[in-house]
Amino acid sequence: MTAVVENTANAAPDGQAGAVASFEVTLKIRRFNPEVSDEATWEEHTVTAHGTDRVLDALHKIKWELDGSLTFRRSCAHGVCGSDAVRINGRNRLACKTLLKDVNPDKPITVEPIKGLPVIKDLVVDMEPFFASYREIMPFLITSGNEPSRENIQSQADRDRFDDTTKCILCAACTSSCPVFWTDGQYFGPAAIVNAHRFIFDSRDEGATQRLEILNDKEGVWRCRTTFNCTEACPRGIEVTKAIQEVKRAMITRAF
Amino acid sequence: MQTHQYDVVIVGAGGAGMRAALEASKGARTAVISKLYPTRSHTGAAQGGMCAALANVEEDNWEWHTFDTIKGGDYLVDQDAAEVMAKEAIDAVLDLERMGLPFNRTPEGRIDQRRFGGHTRNHGEAAVRRACYAADRTGHMILQTLYQNCVKQDVEFFNEFYVLDLLTDHDLTTEDIEDGAEVNATGVVAYDLASGEIHVFQAKAIIFATGGAGKIFKTTSNAHTLTGDGMALAYRRGLPLEDMEFFQFHPTGLAGLGILLSEAARGEGGILRNSEGERFMERYAPTIKDLAPRDIVARSMANEVREGRGAGPDKDYVLLDLTHLEPAHIDAKLPDITEFARTYLGIEPYTEPVPVYPTAHYAMGGVPTNIEGEVLRDGHNVVKGLYAAGEVACVSVHGSNRLGTNSLLDINVFGKRSGRSAAAYAQTVEQHLPIPENPTARVEAQLSEMRDRPEGERVAEVRKALQETMDANAQVFRTQESLEQAAADIRELQKRYKNVSVQDKGTLFNTDLLEAIELGFLLDIAEVTVVAALNRRESRGGHYREDYPDRDDTNYMLHTMAYRRPTSAPDAADGHVEGYFDHVEDFGDYKVVLGSKTVTQTRYEPMERKY
Repeated sequence: MTAVVENTANAAPDGQAGAVASFEVTLKIRRFNPEVSDEATWEEHTVTAHGTDRVLDALHKIKWELDGSLTFRRSCAHGVCGSDAVRINGRNRLACKTLLKDVNPDKPITVEPIKGLPVIKDLVVDMEPFFASYREIMPFLITSGNEPSRENIQSQADRDRFDDTTKCILCAACTSSCPVFWTDGQYFGPAAIVNAHRFIFDSRDEGATQRLEILNDKEGVWRCRTTFNCTEACPRGIEVTKAIQEVKRAMITRAF
Repeated sequence: MQTHQYDVVIVGAGGAGMRAALEASKGARTAVISKLYPTRSHTGAAQGGMCAALANVEEDNWEWHTFDTIKGGDYLVDQDAAEVMAKEAIDAVLDLERMGLPFNRTPEGRIDQRRFGGHTRNHGEAAVRRACYAADRTGHMILQTLYQNCVKQDVEFFNEFYVLDLLTDHDLTTEDIEDGAEVNATGVVAYDLASGEIHVFQAKAIIFATGGAGKIFKTTSNAHTLTGDGMALAYRRGLPLEDMEFFQFHPTGLAGLGILLSEAARGEGGILRNSEGERFMERYAPTIKDLAPRDIVARSMANEVREGRGAGPDKDYVLLDLTHLEPAHIDAKLPDITEFARTYLGIEPYTEPVPVYPTAHYAMGGVPTNIEGEVLRDGHNVVKGLYAAGEVACVSVHGSNRLGTNSLLDINVFGKRSGRSAAAYAQTVEQHLPIPENPTARVEAQLSEMRDRPEGERVAEVRKALQETMDANAQVFRTQESLEQAAADIRELQKRYKNVSVQDKGTLFNTDLLEAIELGFLLDIAEVTVVAALNRRESRGGHYREDYPDRDDTNYMLHTMAYRRPTSAPDAADGHVEGYFDHVEDFGDYKVVLGSKTVTQTRYEPMERKY
């Protein structure tokens, strides 16, 4: 199925900073609707896009002007809410943070759901297994004794120690780019480990031992094969593989 | 249909909803219903900070914070509420820190603080360092920390459930209810996006924490999902909306896109310049310049563009200049927003100024509440068992213009208060009140009408027309003429809405259908915003009438209360003031009737607002 529509919505006004001439772009989208068929199919749509348009703009244009049944998640549309991680030209990205002009619009751009999680409809996957792994690593500050009457004291250096992993928006781009996760859904996956790291290396936290024990499991950090897919996929620029390595190292060096 | 019973049901899982949940679930069986996964909520997009007079880095006290909030709101703030917020801000920040929030630190290891617009030392002497922050992702860290603590406390969530109706034991749209009579909220009706099933939640207490409605405008910092659901549901059920004419336009949206660049950019030393390179804020706010409150900065920017001093090929934006700041400083304090400039505009903020223009950002108005979070059904009677907190609510701590950082504060202080109040109230109620015999009738009719309409206009077309008229006619500058145009357009669009259809007729994850329902909410919120703006023939805070450029305390020092009523209802609402709060706007099937509510003043006399 191919359709063309004139550009009307969501383009930067002409002459805006960063504006480049409009261009045509074809999206090849993986469609699946179990109410219609058990089989997933590819569908192509061609739309006119402008310089600053993102893959999300093209998806919206298709949904709003051509096929309302195209289904995907999105909210903030500028890379902070983590709703719209999808596989674009075989690589996990946020649709709202990927400019069309940056993914070679001369050829059809493929858009598929992220891998390793059950597909519900079109680009929407079931996020529950992902969040279940996250919840399992105890993603909250664990302290003991009396609370301080004011704030806990923490040096900026100690605060910086885990800064990178506080950036996580739980979009699942990393976890669903991991070949180990694809073949073994029981594996905690990079995102859960990143969030464990965020607390294990927080000087205020006292729950590292418990978390390291959880991640020492056979489905824990040792399953990581350091393929760096996760680091490459992270839309927040978190050095995911490095964080996983640091958790591994903590497991060896910290006494249980 | 599935039915659930809880003591407390919270609608919305952003900062206010989750802060309420942490409080309510300590003593009451609580459920949180959210149309998004909690961590997707727009609290996460807040950047710059959360103010509290901790005085960690310089002298400060909560009384100064109270004053700044009231002055910032152009004196339409309820002063008792502002005092509560500024006072409880300190514990709100400390609570978050102890929950794990990774604030930036001072050399002594305390929570660091920075400057923010409108926050001053000693009643306006100079900018003060009051905003507690975590780089430029403070909202992200608040949202994550609250969610983490909800996981810790095992709070029950219903994710991707859209609340589409509020159940009450009286029909406020038609019944004439006496002053002092008891009206109770009894439950909500929700739609499960994944399955298409309808769920009824019976509750002893309900908290609305559904956030804002920025999508009534085209250029906005708001998420696609900010469609004013909670406000519109209350309004449709006959509850008033307060001060809806006051919408904040954030000065620094990425030009053409509306994506937010935090005020922290200016707090850290960024400067706004026009096409001549002039630091124009020196002319508009000589004392605090670029750190004047948002309404003033946004208006000044729009004025520069109007007078031909805009930058760029079409002279339609101004420039945010960070080039004099050290790259290392930018990386440490403003990493995310500088990345937005790089990603979306291809601009390198180290060396190039960033094109910016005001973007619709925040609704100061909303569902009226008192300082315990209880929702009002007129100028003074509460609806028992109904609470609201955060952007959906109007306490009113923001008056006619919110100060930067005070929204993150609002959600924490009043989220906590409403959670506590709701749980305490629920404990006094022995049994759930009966809900209507067919509680889902309205929702089912609405959904099937929309889904079954074989053909009609596209949702996106009507939504686009709405957003365009709001941007053109009800934005930073407003006049009688522009607002009448907007009202006429909305009246027409409400008619067209009855003829929109969706292509997706399925039951499973039907976002096409829900976008159509959300459009209905947007139309209602735009309608009430424009009617309230038409009535207020003065300029105050975020509401600027070119035809009435001055503030008029004699006649307009009152909150607007807007009610949707049947056409047969009386033309006067509670707080009717002949000649000033007396507007009635007919929309064919119904009309919008305006009344007013007194502004609570404690110790601050209104004075001229200069910075």
